[in-house]
Amino acid sequence: MPETTNVDYSTKIPNNVGLTDDQRVLKALEQWHPGYIDWWMTMGPEGFQTSDVYLRTAVSIDPKGWAKFDYVKMPEYRWGILLAPRQEDRQVNFGVHKGEKAWQEVPGEYRAMLRRLIVIQGDTEPASVEQQRHLGKTAPSLYDMRNLFQVNVEEGRHLWAMVYLLQKYFGKDGREEAEGLLQRRSGDADKPRMLGAFNEATPDWLSFFMFTFFTDRDGKMQLESLAQSGFDPLSRTCRFMLTEEAHHMFVGETGVGRTIERTCQAMKEAGIEDPYDIAAVRKLGVIDLPTIQKKANLHFSLSLDLFGSEVSTNAANYYNSGLKGRFQETRIEDDHELTKASYPVSKLVDGQVKMIDEPALTAINMRLRDDYVADCAKGVDRWNKVIEKAGVNFRLKLPHVAFHRHIGEFQNAKATPEGQILSDAEWSKKKDQWIPSTSDGDFIASLMTPCWERGKFAPWISAPKVGIDNKAGDFEYVKIHQA
Amino acid sequence: MNALVRPSELKKQHLIDPEICIRCGTCEATCPVGAVSHDDVNYVVDADKCEYCMDCIAPCPTGSIDNWRIVKVAYSLADQLGWAELPRQEDFGEAAAAAVEAIEGEVGALLERAHSGTGGKPVAPVTASKPTVNIFTRTRPATATVQGNYRITAQNGSSDVRHIVLSFGETLFPVLEGQSIGIVPPGMRADGRPHDVRLYSVASARDGEKRNANNLSLTVKRSEGGVASNYICDLKIGEKVQVTGPFGATFLMPNDPSTNIIMICTGTGSAPFRAFTERRRRAAPGAPGKMIMFFGARAPEELPYFGPLQKVPESLLEKHLVYSRLPGRPKEYVQDRIRSRAGRLADLLGSEQTHIFICGLKGMEAGVDEALADVCRGYSLDWSRLKPQMRATGRYHVETY
Repeated sequence: MPETTNVDYSTKIPNNVGLTDDQRVLKALEQWHPGYIDWWMTMGPEGFQTSDVYLRTAVSIDPKGWAKFDYVKMPEYRWGILLAPRQEDRQVNFGVHKGEKAWQEVPGEYRAMLRRLIVIQGDTEPASVEQQRHLGKTAPSLYDMRNLFQVNVEEGRHLWAMVYLLQKYFGKDGREEAEGLLQRRSGDADKPRMLGAFNEATPDWLSFFMFTFFTDRDGKMQLESLAQSGFDPLSRTCRFMLTEEAHHMFVGETGVGRTIERTCQAMKEAGIEDPYDIAAVRKLGVIDLPTIQKKANLHFSLSLDLFGSEVSTNAANYYNSGLKGRFQETRIEDDHELTKASYPVSKLVDGQVKMIDEPALTAINMRLRDDYVADCAKGVDRWNKVIEKAGVNFRLKLPHVAFHRHIGEFQNAKATPEGQILSDAEWSKKKDQWIPSTSDGDFIASLMTPCWERGKFAPWISAPKVGIDNKAGDFEYVKIHQA
Repeated sequence: MNALVRPSELKKQHLIDPEICIRCGTCEATCPVGAVSHDDVNYVVDADKCEYCMDCIAPCPTGSIDNWRIVKVAYSLADQLGWAELPRQEDFGEAAAAAVEAIEGEVGALLERAHSGTGGKPVAPVTASKPTVNIFTRTRPATATVQGNYRITAQNGSSDVRHIVLSFGETLFPVLEGQSIGIVPPGMRADGRPHDVRLYSVASARDGEKRNANNLSLTVKRSEGGVASNYICDLKIGEKVQVTGPFGATFLMPNDPSTNIIMICTGTGSAPFRAFTERRRRAAPGAPGKMIMFFGARAPEELPYFGPLQKVPESLLEKHLVYSRLPGRPKEYVQDRIRSRAGRLADLLGSEQTHIFICGLKGMEAGVDEALADVCRGYSLDWSRLKPQMRATGRYHVETY
């Protein structure tokens, strides 16, 4: 079967890349498949593998076909290889190869670099499934549980997407890397996942929402820049992943939004005007706004670390080689080579945060991070509208990029959320005001009691405005059969 | 209530709910005509560009994309960019319902094609009831159960036309005579995509095939190799069918019992007229208005409902069953019978109570149109002026396929 917009279900692995005509890759993937299922059964959502979940599955990559909803048991979800349609005459759009025909095979000189990019991206996908595997048990509603599982199966599919590229284009090395993706474990001391934020715990649902809002948004930015790649199969893979990633942003933004909405509503009902009267608000069984701010501070800062060093020769090489572009590269009006351009980078100079012009090529990570921060800020604005609408006098804000960082320019600085540099001692004294303390975590954990009755929601979160697939409020999104 | 607005002044506008949208950009990336754009705050749809192809609907993760308003003047991009929430639907009264035949783009396009023979924007009869459209969609269909499947052409005839009865059980599925429903055959096309939706006119009255039984009937002809028609004609009692709709807001029966209704049809185009006739029989049996039917087929054995039609009294329905393949007889088509009853028709055409409905194959349009023009010529009427006048006042309707 040739490459088409339609998905071939005749092989074990649904695909639109003509796998039946590519026996070598088909065989490699079929050999990898049992290991994947094994990983899913041991590291995937705990306790719900036999439940029927109302999930969307792609039956075709054209707009009318790729969101078919039905009940599926997660281990039977049709993980497949789906690439966005090939654009004829697509070119390398940036770097030294700008104007050449886009590559359908891996250019020999960039093999190692490209493999690394794909492995790093691929490693984040199973990691988040591992991080979220216990959350089903404390789901605040069947609606939220479904959303969690949708995110999980799609992260699983994104792993397949990256593994396909490794198996198809990188021979023996690719096979080994594909195995490695199933061996590493989030948070494991001996064989951790590759990036820091993917080894952090996701202990509660507010963390999950913050993670999907902030950390999956990093994923979106990375996919956006890989979708620009001159290596066409990578570009097409990432383009299709982005359509799925949008749902993850949705879960995060509305999850936090609904948490805020419920808090404000409870405060108003109880006549509490002071959002900082934390004890009084917590008595209502909702999460106080200052604690929500702390959670945002934590997840934002951890996600910023994912962009790597502000100034990076690796990033410059990726760009220059045409492997990884900027966010919406083709819409930017410049020479797309950046050999003469500069870009302002925030740096720590003499104990102060200053903007310093750096060569734009080495500042690629900084630029992507700036685009990310702007994207996050719009979401935070939406949250503030919820607070404003409720008439509560409080505003959430993103902390300074120097705050609580472990990678890059500010890794050794101790900065306040406003960007003021503190001594270590001062920081230690005050940090509980800015990032969630153990007792904050304990309080949130105390609210995480499951609510699995159709159409009902845990008391700390509001119902959504519209259902998934336009379903009515009491739709049974998950038919629970606990294993 | 905006009583002065006519349906013809209204249109349907596609909008995005800014309260629910998360600005992921999927719609903008998906839109094939570049109708979606954004600023730092909102994603918006250009009413001049949107062609209702619905490509953006399924990929939207939030559902914010699936919003529609009936408008007299479309909201501009600047309007939309300034919104924190969607405006309320302006109240245009009954006109709003009549402005939109279907919200789903693919069905809207089918109906537009079917009604194109009207020669201008179709307008619902003044006394038609307010239709409900698009309650059930491709992504959210209703499930009906087959209650009956009867062949209504003679067993020895060459055409296999079926009378299909579908029950909706507990599901509310309100239809009016003249409306259609959609059926998407199960399975996939050879290229792996879902089948296209097919529209079928309802052949029963609004209160059901059987009164108050919450069911309806269809008239479906088996066509050789036809995926949908064979699927439907082979349905067994008790089988489930996914149904969308109802659709259609102009080809509707006038309620006023003093209206004269001229019905011209061939084949399964008789379905809506079976509904009209049954409605009048149930609701206004002694109505002063006349109902006249010109119904063409090759032969009696190929004329759907031939048997039952014989039992309908002439006082309720004046029947002209016309055959083009009777042995030993000259071919006669509906337009020939219209011409030979010119006096009777001219009489009716002179009345503002008269409505014309044409339903059947596209091929009949031109012949019928010429015949009506001939009728008018003989009786000092000008069809070229009368037709647009009748159309504008909701009295001339064409639904052909």
